[in-house]
Amino acid sequence: MNPASPFLELEQGPRVSVTFDGAQLELPEGANLAAALLAAGVDVLRHTPVSGAPRGPFCMMGACFDCLVEIGGVVRQACMVEVSAGMDIAKPRGDADGPV
Amino acid sequence: MDQFDLAIIGAGPAGMAAAQEAAGHGLRVVLLDEQARPGGQIYRDVDRAGSLRGDILGSDYTDGRRLTAGLRHDGIRHVTGAVVWAIEEGFRISYTREGRAAQLAADRVLIATGALERPMPLPGWTLPGVMTAGAGQILLKQSGVLARRAVLVGSGPLLYLIAAQMVRAGTPPQAMVETQTTADLLRAMRHLGGALRGWPYMLKGLKLLAEIVRARVPRHTGAVGIKVEGDGRAEAVRFTSRGRSQRIACDTVFLHHGVVPNTQAARSLGVAHRWNADQTCFAPVLDRWGGTDVTGIFIAGDGGGIGGAKAAEIAGKIAALRIAELAERLTEVERDGHAVPLRAALDRELAARPFLDAAYPPCAEALSPEDKTVICRCEEVTAGKIREQARLGCLGPNQAKAYGRAGMGPCQGRYCGLTVTALLAEANGRTPDETGYYRIRPPLKPVTLGELAAMEETPLDKAEKEITT
Ligand SMILES: Cc1cc2nc3c(=O)[nH]c(=O)nc-3n(C[C@H](O)[C@H](O)[C@H](O)COP(=O)(O)OP(=O)(O)OC[C@H]3O[C@@H](n4cnc5c(N)ncnc54)[C@H](O)[C@@H]3O)c2cc1C
Ligand code: FES
Repeated sequence: MNPASPFLELEQGPRVSVTFDGAQLELPEGANLAAALLAAGVDVLRHTPVSGAPRGPFCMMGACFDCLVEIGGVVRQACMVEVSAGMDIAKPRGDADGPV
Repeated sequence: MDQFDLAIIGAGPAGMAAAQEAAGHGLRVVLLDEQARPGGQIYRDVDRAGSLRGDILGSDYTDGRRLTAGLRHDGIRHVTGAVVWAIEEGFRISYTREGRAAQLAADRVLIATGALERPMPLPGWTLPGVMTAGAGQILLKQSGVLARRAVLVGSGPLLYLIAAQMVRAGTPPQAMVETQTTADLLRAMRHLGGALRGWPYMLKGLKLLAEIVRARVPRHTGAVGIKVEGDGRAEAVRFTSRGRSQRIACDTVFLHHGVVPNTQAARSLGVAHRWNADQTCFAPVLDRWGGTDVTGIFIAGDGGGIGGAKAAEIAGKIAALRIAELAERLTEVERDGHAVPLRAALDRELAARPFLDAAYPPCAEALSPEDKTVICRCEEVTAGKIREQARLGCLGPNQAKAYGRAGMGPCQGRYCGLTVTALLAEANGRTPDETGYYRIRPPLKPVTLGELAAMEETPLDKAEKEITT
């Protein structure tokens, strides 16, 4: 549990290491990535391309696209991805393999 | 390409019930859902939730296991984690799964993609820490993650359900900032007859309210002038209730003022939609079997009009009966015989709706936001910009796209479409039907080049290659 996070976790399971913007985090294996990041105290996942405003997960159901992150160079919705060991996550930069 | 009698998009109550009914009559069914597990929004991840979560969420949630169990049938192929991005004539369905695009074919398609939360553009709603109340509930259902200091803002039965679930989980909301007024309740009284026929719902609602009151969660009704404040993230909710201006500090704000049909897939096929004034949203025009004006395309569940989980389940079965009859697995007489008890049950399920719709109308200031408020989250277009476009002669949402990019981001208008229609209709003095909605074209969800390049080879591609080599 992360006391600095506005969120708390009901259950504790095995954790794996991932990185977010270079910082190492221990997240529950197989958990929803957006939920796991929120519980770890990470609430800004990207900055908007238009004004640079910070954004975090909003709908948790794959509809709003505010949770976009880059995982291993591919832009994905964090709320539609499960945590696995060694994930290399970053705020999207705009030159990754994105939508066509 | 694999061929099926019926493809169902969405494994919520509507899609799961339809799959079971159709397979029971001998159809070969494929059920596609972008989630890793069946359940849809109400029964999200119900098979994985432990007993603690089950207790918090209640028997209305764990009841979903009955439907997920029904998917274990030889006639049903459930493709999990499949994001459907195109449905084309024929019907050919394109989807992405595990980073690869793939296709399959089906004689008929049932769209059971459910609802989205009604967009709630209030000042500060784009700040990190502000989420939909449904998102808060998904965090609990799917991940067992709870907000320590949250304020719930808006109106509607789902807001009370979520508040009660937070109470049971030991993290009651700091406060409920409710937008409905006593006048709304009085207006709703003329639907009381229907509401009494739907008494189990009313009773459940009263029980939820009692739970919230017992936990001493402060309730502020008739709230206006609502805004989320914060520097880079949500820090407080400010509003006026009963003439008193208030500020409640918090870390998380959950917004909700009802759900609306997710019409993206149906619209991409050109299915006719009409404005529903009672539910303040567009809904597809359906016959009594869920059939649309596009031959072979059916819609069931909240995607066809908001009725809730039980109504969705029944509508899924009714659509499956008609599809089984068209596929000549049932006679018309058999179909109608099976449908009689279902229609009676559906009537009962829908009896309380008119009361609920009138008692908990959408929040007025989110339907017509102030000029400075961002209404298109993706492209950061404000309400003022849309009004300005109307003054320049913009009549419909598709023109608004060209004028100022609203609706052109990755969410494809899911969280601004209804607002843009409402703003243009208001500014131009026209009805929502006259104003219209965004034209939706595939891909329904963004597809990457990498996913397309990894596309599974279809038999047709193989044949072409053999001919050319
Ligand atoms: C966030 C949220 C929470 C809710 N919680 C409750 C609740 O607790 N209790 C309650 O009574 N009602 C709740 N509702 C209302 C809900 O709409 C109905 O109760 C019920 O879930 C509707 O069932 P359905 O089968 O029509 O659709 P849903 O249950 O919404 O199922 C639709 C399914 O379609 C899938 N889908 C959508 N688009 C695609 C696509 N392009 N490709 C692949 N799959 C796709 C989704 O992943 C989803 O699983 C909630 C609604 C929302 C939006
Ligand atoms: S939070 Fe909305 S798409 Fe992920």
